[in-house]
Amino acid sequence: MKILVCVKQVPDTNEVKIDPVKGTLIREGVPSILNPDDANALEAALAIKDNDPNVKVSVLTMGPPQACEMLRECLSMGADDAYLLSDRAFGGADTWSTSNTLAAGIRKIGEVDIIFAGRQAIDGDTAQVGPQTAQRLDIPVVTYVQHVEVIGNKVVVQRQMEDGYELIEVSTPCLLTAVKELNEPRFMSIYNIVDACSKEITIWGHEDIKLSPENCGLKASPTQVFRSFTPPTKGKGEMLNGTAAEMSKNLVSKLKGLHVI
Amino acid sequence: MSVRVIVEKCKGCSICVKCCPFSAIDMENKIAVIGDACTGCGVCVDECPFDAIEKTEDHVKKDLSEYKGVWVFAEQREGKLMPVVIELLGEAKKLAAEIGTDVSAVVCGDEVDALTHELFAYGADKVYQAVHPELKNYRTDAYTKVIEEAINRYKPEIILLGATHIGRDLGPCLAVRCDTGLTADCTKLEIDPDDKKIRQTRPAFGGNLMATIICPNHRPQMSTVRPGVMDKAEYVAGREGVAIRLDVNFKEDEIRTKIIKIVKEAGELASLTDAEFIVSGGLGLGNPEGFELLKKLADKLGGTIGSSRACVDSGWIDHSYQVGQTGTTVKPKIYFACGISGAIQHLAGMQSSDYIIAINKNENAPIFEVADYGIVGDLYEVIPAILEEL
Ligand SMILES: Cc1cc2nc3c(=O)[nH]c(=O)nc-3n(C[C@H](O)[C@H](O)[C@H](O)COP(=O)(O)OP(=O)(O)OC[C@H]3O[C@@H](n4cnc5c(N)ncnc54)[C@H](O)[C@@H]3O)c2cc1C
Ligand SMILES: Cc1cc2nc3c(=O)[nH]c(=O)nc-3n(C[C@H](O)[C@H](O)[C@H](O)COP(=O)(O)OP(=O)(O)OC[C@H]3O[C@@H](n4cnc5c(N)ncnc54)[C@H](O)[C@@H]3O)c2cc1C
Ligand code: SF4
Ligand code: SF4
Repeated sequence: MKILVCVKQVPDTNEVKIDPVKGTLIREGVPSILNPDDANALEAALAIKDNDPNVKVSVLTMGPPQACEMLRECLSMGADDAYLLSDRAFGGADTWSTSNTLAAGIRKIGEVDIIFAGRQAIDGDTAQVGPQTAQRLDIPVVTYVQHVEVIGNKVVVQRQMEDGYELIEVSTPCLLTAVKELNEPRFMSIYNIVDACSKEITIWGHEDIKLSPENCGLKASPTQVFRSFTPPTKGKGEMLNGTAAEMSKNLVSKLKGLHVI
Repeated sequence: MSVRVIVEKCKGCSICVKCCPFSAIDMENKIAVIGDACTGCGVCVDECPFDAIEKTEDHVKKDLSEYKGVWVFAEQREGKLMPVVIELLGEAKKLAAEIGTDVSAVVCGDEVDALTHELFAYGADKVYQAVHPELKNYRTDAYTKVIEEAINRYKPEIILLGATHIGRDLGPCLAVRCDTGLTADCTKLEIDPDDKKIRQTRPAFGGNLMATIICPNHRPQMSTVRPGVMDKAEYVAGREGVAIRLDVNFKEDEIRTKIIKIVKEAGELASLTDAEFIVSGGLGLGNPEGFELLKKLADKLGGTIGSSRACVDSGWIDHSYQVGQTGTTVKPKIYFACGISGAIQHLAGMQSSDYIIAINKNENAPIFEVADYGIVGDLYEVIPAILEEL
């Protein structure tokens, strides 16, 4: 069985700071990490491999050359091989273009039985690339997967809902998007780290995956970022003073004065 | 982008038929013919060894004027409309009025008559009905197929879906099928007064950045909209509209997932979006029993309790109570944040509350930056004192 995991390198948004003067995002000095949901996606693939040594796990990303670091991390967790789709032409992609490029890369890699993706990347935050990639490959998709069981050529998954879950059966090939409740991702192992260093990462540009530049990146993207800005924070209000009893009394009388209670 | 076959160059090798991911190409009289399923992905253009398929640029300028009307996906579960549908109708009304067009709802189910009347009452001028036993519960392939066909036939200008676990599954699939863009999880929609196109504003980078997204050359313009953000449409009893039945047919094996069972987990589902008063607790509670104290205050005000993600992660409370980016967005009259530090992901879900009251031991906690009233102190002293006063 072949499993492919789509992984994305993202800035750690917990560390992102806002330039108070310019009101822009400061990305310098912010560590790049493997997108958290993608770590769950990879763990799910590796867990299937743990039970069946015939399973091969590949990881695929579209990104700049620096994304190799993240791919090495995936190899160190236990992935067998890694592919990087990297080309100037891929830059500025929206999810239409990202999914188009990933699908072209997956077609070139060849037959796969299960494709895992994260539900959502913590930078773009759209949660669209997984289902869109599945549509382009014309394979079934289940999003928000919180439990997976492979039974022959069928996969039984729990799809997380707001108020519970659905138990869904789907045949392979299929694409599943992972939520954090799916598992606890493993750490890199020393054995794998040594192994990962000697592995080649396959790097493909637009010609390798037979996409013309008009079908990639910004050029092909139906959506455009018209402007971006930092969210206006609600101004700081009033700090109350005194003992707990005094502050509470003050608060309640203020709220009553405002007719909100 | 669209493609066409240059008949003189086509050698009939049928390579394109095999490579098209959407099975959009057929051979007729040994010449490739591109059918309606074509999404313009361009795979065939690059694969044809004889350069017999070319891109037609005029499609980039699709005749946008053919696309009219604002559509709302009327998501139903167990025969009931999701609350976000009513918010979408409220928003759709505003947008449609600015463009000068009408509002339609699309509803899929096994029985939709009652829902149709409800949708009219909430302001839909038209309701497109897809009725089939296979549509009772949401499944990606079934809903995608039916709605894609309706979009191609009736050509709406704008489509709004709730950013629920269903809307965020369906929206992306439809956008690829209809070869258009989709803006995720919008919190604000506006019409550009000059060109009447939609501007969609959404948070990204975990709420650290807002982006306004446009989709200038593709139709429909699609957005998923975060629940709990837009104002609800008004209910006008007896309001009528036009119902339009869609053709629904499924081939065998066309719906490739099977629901074995649906499991409801939350015993009592928190309905945070409707609450006027929310008393939320964070790790500062110290233990799950702390929520009992918060419940007392919530009950006294006629509201509900809420939670930060840290408490959900610690297993103290069900996820349905979580407020924030990966939980529910709320805007009650009063939001009490008790023992919550005020991480950006939490703020993303409660910042637009009318009044925010923060109770925290640490005077430097970021939550105070957004609080209308801040109380520095131990919540176990402050909350009982507030209860005394009420
Ligand atoms: C501020 C801002 C707002 C944006 N808003 C929109 C928008 O509303 N609509 C839109 O279409 N685009 C939008 N984009 C563009 C979008 O972020 C990019 O297309 C991005 O490449 C993919 O989207 P995502 O980060 O949201 O990924 P998601 O769709 O959230 O990612 C889900 C999963 O897909 C896989 N995946 C995603 N990207 C890659 C990759 N490069 N390589 C391998 N696997 C991957 C991963 O498994 C990931 O977990 C926006 C970009 C910015 C900067
Ligand atoms: C991708 C992503 C998505 C996320 N989504 C969400 C989300 O949707 N919602 C969400 O809430 N979080 C979310 N988080 C987590 C968020 O970053 C924070 O970790 C979380 O909100 C912290 O919860 P907390 O405030 O309860 O805990 P802490 O940060 O530990 O804060 C506890 C606070 O309690 C105070 N305190 C302690 N004892 C007392 C006392 N006796 N009386 C009064 N105050 C006391 C402390 O001073 C402290 O400020 C997300 C994180 C990521 C990475
Ligand atoms: S690949 Fe090119 S030559 Fe072959 S059938 Fe298709 S269009 Fe004709
Ligand atoms: S452009 Fe894509 S969808 Fe259209 S016929 Fe060619 S391969 Fe098929």
